[in-house]
Amino acid sequence: MSDTQAPARWRAVTEESRPARIALIAVALAGLGVLVLAPLAVVFAEALAKGAGAAIASLGNRDAQSAIRLTLLVAAIAVPLNAVFGIAAAWTITKFDFRGKAFLITLIDLPFSVSPVVAGLALVLLFGTNSLIGGWLVAQGFPIIFALPGIVLASVFVTFPFVARELIPVMIEQGRAEEEAALTLGASGWRVFRTVTLPNIKWALLYGVLLCNARAMGEFGAVAVVSGKIRGVTATMPITIEMMYNEYLSVAAFSLAAVLAALGLLTLALKTVLEWRHADQLAATRRY
Amino acid sequence: MQALRIQKSPMPGFALGMGITLTMLSLIVILPVGALLAQGASYGAEGIWQTVNTPRVWAALYLSFRLAFFAALFNLVFGTLLAWVLARYEFPGRRLVDAMVDLPFALPTAVAGIALTALYAPNGVFGSLAKALGVKIAYTQWGILIALIFVGLPFVTRTVQPVIAEIEREVEEASATLGASRLYTLYRVILPMLMPAALTGFALSLARAVGEYGSVIFIAGNLPLKTEIAPLLIVIKLEEFDYNGAAAIGIAMLLISFTMLLAINLIQIWSRRRIGHV
Repeated sequence: MSDTQAPARWRAVTEESRPARIALIAVALAGLGVLVLAPLAVVFAEALAKGAGAAIASLGNRDAQSAIRLTLLVAAIAVPLNAVFGIAAAWTITKFDFRGKAFLITLIDLPFSVSPVVAGLALVLLFGTNSLIGGWLVAQGFPIIFALPGIVLASVFVTFPFVARELIPVMIEQGRAEEEAALTLGASGWRVFRTVTLPNIKWALLYGVLLCNARAMGEFGAVAVVSGKIRGVTATMPITIEMMYNEYLSVAAFSLAAVLAALGLLTLALKTVLEWRHADQLAATRRY
Repeated sequence: MQALRIQKSPMPGFALGMGITLTMLSLIVILPVGALLAQGASYGAEGIWQTVNTPRVWAALYLSFRLAFFAALFNLVFGTLLAWVLARYEFPGRRLVDAMVDLPFALPTAVAGIALTALYAPNGVFGSLAKALGVKIAYTQWGILIALIFVGLPFVTRTVQPVIAEIEREVEEASATLGASRLYTLYRVILPMLMPAALTGFALSLARAVGEYGSVIFIAGNLPLKTEIAPLLIVIKLEEFDYNGAAAIGIAMLLISFTMLLAINLIQIWSRRRIGHV
């Protein structure tokens, strides 16, 4: 009895053995490296295949320039639209009780389970020249499909739930007491929103806007269907990447792709910083 | 207090909020999806069936759903493992790796598509390795599978990770004091607790993979009957101005997706009931 010795280091019963842990970490890192990191690295490697000069020169190309402008314009319209919708939807859903709320949430989430191509198809069927509404709008000189409004609608469709989904859990967690207190003290509705609600949800809102923006700038399937891919007019960055790639302009395609990838990385970095700094407020959104 | 709760909400802005919500919802989602269903209705069930019931469309639908299922299955296993490693183990660079998991969401699909093709084409880094082993990846179904795994990778990890963080260690300790080995505890105690969240991630990954277009068309090769996915077939029908045909395939995809998601929901309810919580 007395000569039983305690091992040098006890292992908690809630832990795996050291070799098992190392093996699992190795599998996780190797998997991520091959599946995720390698594709990212190859974008920049291919862009720089003929040197940095060639890559930068290809970005000065007229098609590339107009694609960058169009993509920024689309994001600048689609993202604020979705932010306004997200705030309005989250306010209505979390501050009031009404029948059909679950159904409303299901409808808001619907775009996530619809293929982007089907989304584009639906927009073409509604607003295309062959349809009632589309034909009338074209006659009025306001075409939607194969024009900017269609690209914006497609971008809004695929990013539709992003902001609302981030805000709803946060606003449910915060409850209604603070707003009710402000109202009893005589604040107007708009003032309550600006001074009580908005400060409480600002990080979650920014988080949702970031996700929405990344997806809006990168959307391909839905935009490919509604844009008509008119060079220099309705070709967004992802569409232009496809056209250049199919024309075997590898450096040009990957250079433009690298710009989009860099924007994506920037989004990811901002999002990660938000998660580290404001983990408490965003905790609710991560538990979806 | 009781009386207060029954009273109408004193909160302002219901009309404005609901107005904006319903207007945008109608314009962006309900009307277009309605137009799709209306097109299908005017085409008729028989017309839809005749479009779908051709070898080329069947092959595309079967390919899309089969590969999406396998990709989601891979992501279910690897994503759960990844969530476990990130939630439970300490290692240098853990937070950076955690951020990296979201890369497939941040990288636009067209960018991912050309990057994966460059990587897995016969003259690419991984493609030449596979070629030496006598395997072709890009322009075959393997390439499609890899693209679908890529786009769905973060879903399972992101749904399972918070659940792992909330598991109380006492449960595992209790299992250990009762004589269970670590492996037995993981399999019989932890895994059932993670199941509902993992299934949610699986469903999200599956839904995303079924409809995926951008990252697949570059690497797929797009050969009819062999490597042609269902969304591509819709695009082809649209380019031929065959709106009825496009709507028919779109509706078929929606129907199969919803049936699958419903089945997953039922499994989820069942597994939730079985363990009683989470």
